[in-house]
Amino acid sequence: MKFQRYINKHINQITLITAVLIGIGLLGSLLNFQLVYTGAFILASIISAVPILLRAISALRFKTISIELLVSIAVVGAFIIGEYNESAIVTFLFLFGTFLEDKTLAKTRHSIKDLTEMAPTTATVVSEDGETEETDVDFVDVGDVVLVKAGGQIPVDGKIVDGSGNLNEASITGESKLVTKDAGDSVYSGTILDNGTVKVEATKVGDDTTFGKIVELVEDAQDTKSPAEKFIDKFATYYTPAVLVIALVVGLISRDFRLAITVLVLGCPGALVIGAPVSNVAGIGNGAKNGVLIKGGEVMNTFANVDTLVFDKTGTLTEGKTAVTQFKNYAASEDSLAMAAAVEQHSDHPLANAVVKFAAGRNISPDKFTTDSVDTVKGRGVQASIKDQQVLIGNAAMMVDNHIQLSAQQQTDLKAIQKQGSSSVIIAVGNEVQVILGISDVIREGVAESLRQLKKIGIKKTVMLTGDNQATAEAVASQIGIDTVHAELLPEQKVTYVKKYQEQGHRVAFIGDGINDSPSIATADIGIAMGGGTDVAVETSDVVLMASKFEELVHAFGLAKKTVANTKENIVIAIGTVVLLLIGLMLGYIYMASGMFVHEASILVVIFNAMRLIKYHTKTAKLDPDQLSFEESELS
Amino acid sequence: MSKAILQLDALSCPACMQKIQGALEKQTGVENVKVLFNAAKVKTEFNGEQISADKLSDTITDLGYEVQSMKVKE
Repeated sequence: MKFQRYINKHINQITLITAVLIGIGLLGSLLNFQLVYTGAFILASIISAVPILLRAISALRFKTISIELLVSIAVVGAFIIGEYNESAIVTFLFLFGTFLEDKTLAKTRHSIKDLTEMAPTTATVVSEDGETEETDVDFVDVGDVVLVKAGGQIPVDGKIVDGSGNLNEASITGESKLVTKDAGDSVYSGTILDNGTVKVEATKVGDDTTFGKIVELVEDAQDTKSPAEKFIDKFATYYTPAVLVIALVVGLISRDFRLAITVLVLGCPGALVIGAPVSNVAGIGNGAKNGVLIKGGEVMNTFANVDTLVFDKTGTLTEGKTAVTQFKNYAASEDSLAMAAAVEQHSDHPLANAVVKFAAGRNISPDKFTTDSVDTVKGRGVQASIKDQQVLIGNAAMMVDNHIQLSAQQQTDLKAIQKQGSSSVIIAVGNEVQVILGISDVIREGVAESLRQLKKIGIKKTVMLTGDNQATAEAVASQIGIDTVHAELLPEQKVTYVKKYQEQGHRVAFIGDGINDSPSIATADIGIAMGGGTDVAVETSDVVLMASKFEELVHAFGLAKKTVANTKENIVIAIGTVVLLLIGLMLGYIYMASGMFVHEASILVVIFNAMRLIKYHTKTAKLDPDQLSFEESELS
Repeated sequence: MSKAILQLDALSCPACMQKIQGALEKQTGVENVKVLFNAAKVKTEFNGEQISADKLSDTITDLGYEVQSMKVKE
């Protein structure tokens, strides 16, 4: 076993020595030194056959008939019948091919390697007496306080207890825009503090951090096989022994030993075994780099076939935060807004919050007025008294109840606000309407454009599910271009709709924020969670959009389609190569060495083809001209 | 039950996976073995009273693979 390790370590040198010997041999042949020619090729054959033989034997011990075994038998056979140049060149090509394969494979795995290398290694722990000590990140415990200075990396998941700064959260969200964080805010392991100094109390450490989970998830995903891969794996376990049998039969029938061993080399399933996994590794790596976690080849496959997207509204299509979107003031000053803020500042009603925030945004202090009394009128609004004046903040029904008339202009404004799906809040001071506010949930940036792009690349139907009222829901849907709306639903009814679409034969992806819609996420063919941070989202869904951006959804879907197409291309290339080789053999153009050359070349072609996925980006995701020329490049 | 994560040099052949998996599973005290091919990682759960983490690392080294680092959680 020591010997095998030694060989493994020096495999590159062995390949190089073989190359030099083959060179000497060819030179000898050119200068007609028969002894040099034969001697060099014999030596090259023996040296380069050793590592291949060793691998074949160790695989056999685990009852696996490997490609190395096929090559070994062929090479030993060639050696016995004195075809030293064939045996030397075949073994050299095999070793050199493996070398190139390793190098190029490393490239496809690069994205994940980049990711793991972003993991923090050290932390500066602050002890209770205020002293700091630098330790390995593995020794930090939950509850420890760590100090991070500008340019440093946050080593744990936790809360800022002191200080503030701007953070680059690209390692978590794929988005390198700086985020400002203050005391009390959550920070994530692996993110970079661009400027400022913070003390962070650890809530999660090591593999439990969001970053640790992401790394684990991506590593697992790259090894989770797609149906095509599983099929090929099964196929390969029978295919390789079958080649052995076929070679034997060919040899027995034709009585041509040379032909038999040539079949062994030509039958190697090289590109076929590597083709499908390499596409997935590259595709998942691309996703991880762009804030899209796709959990494995199977998910990739199912996702690529999705035709119906079902969205949760609040928190997914919208940000889940209400804000004032329309402001109609009919008075000379904005005092009525200040009064409303004074009245609403102690309420936790979403509409009240929106009013207070809006006032603050206009630099209107709620402290300008003191409220004498505040009464909530159920289903209407709030009635208060300020400086002996009656202040009403509520809906249209509240105004009717209090016999307050709206002018024609006010009527029109109110109707316009309602038509846009916003909730309306009317502020009346002393029986006179002074302000009408339109409050709505803010639609996420780029939703409409992203939905258009998704339609372009294969989505047939978009559906919105919401607990909100029909009018609001329809207004949102028409703004962003959703096809179908189901409103006024209870959470459990959302699952029913997902099931209904599946029964109609649609392949459904459900997109939610992962907090209260996990049943729908689990039921849909593909569950997609917006937003990193929450563990539930990361664990229950098939795809996670780390930065909660709709561009990521477009990227994810495009990537899935592209990866599946890439896998198919690779399978075509692999099978095409074997077919061409067999035709070449029958026509007498292909022998052992040239056969091995074509094989190794085809392996590199499939890896290079998969590498195109690393660079995939939605903006340049039009039709790829390379896609059409792959078969030509394979033939050349 | 202890948990060990071993980082190996890059794995190139899928057969390596089966080899490592098989060899580790044969050891007494090893409960669960998962070889991540692309990440070149071995994740294993074992009974610390029956087998030591170093022994696990040696098993892999003996098969001809370099172990870069090992993390053990009790």
